Amino acid sequence: MAEILFWFISFFTIVSAFFVVLNNQLLYSAIALLFTLFGIAGLYIFLWADFIAGVQLLVYIGGINVLIIFGIMLTNRIASIRLSQTNIQQGLGGVFSLWLFIIISIVISKTNWYQIDSVEPTSTVRDVGTLLLTKYLLPFEAVSVLLLGALIGAAVLSRKAN
Amino acid sequence: MDHLNNYLFISAVLFSLGIFGVMTRRNGIAVLMGVELILNAANINFVAFSRFGGMNLDGHIFGLIIIVLAAAEAAVALAIVINIYNNLNTINVDEASSLKE
Repeated sequence: MAEILFWFISFFTIVSAFFVVLNNQLLYSAIALLFTLFGIAGLYIFLWADFIAGVQLLVYIGGINVLIIFGIMLTNRIASIRLSQTNIQQGLGGVFSLWLFIIISIVISKTNWYQIDSVEPTSTVRDVGTLLLTKYLLPFEAVSVLLLGALIGAAVLSRKAN
Repeated sequence: MDHLNNYLFISAVLFSLGIFGVMTRRNGIAVLMGVELILNAANINFVAFSRFGGMNLDGHIFGLIIIVLAAAEAAVALAIVINIYNNLNTINVDEASSLKE
């Protein structure tokens, strides 16, 4: 059962990722991105990362995707929706990314990964919190300062010039 | 679902699609969506290696930091895109090529 669910979620994620990059209408791409991010949150649950899955739902779907949809609605004129969204490099870009995928696949399948067996934890929230405030305190603070900087920068950039 | 390779392949597909989107889209916001796909592919790798490397949680911390960076990047990039739209009346990245008005 879980196996079927896993394959369904991965298929769903990849198909909606194809929609994101190939769809001609930008708003449909944004909605497909929502489904991709949702599928990735499902993969995190399969990887026993419940806290990351929750953060993915809150920050990506609740924050970034809504921001992207706002951006599309603020910058798209109705008349220009039907314009072609791709440039002339589509063939070259397709060949390049296919080549990249083949190289990565060869590397993945040739490498002899070894996996350490471990028991499934009941919850990772407590351990992640402990790590954030002990071993990774400095990166945590640096990231919070960066977030503050990005907030101020975005406010300054989007202010009306007077 | 119990093999590292499956997750790495999914992540490789998402990464290549993200690169494709960044390279071929004209619209600035669509380029941003490609970047989000790339960041998510990296994040899947971090969490998968954490899960199959004896469940040590360092990868989860990296994942959290990447999510925060993606949020900051999306906010600043959308502010820039809206500014470009107000100044040049287009958000196609190949038309917005002038450095000075």
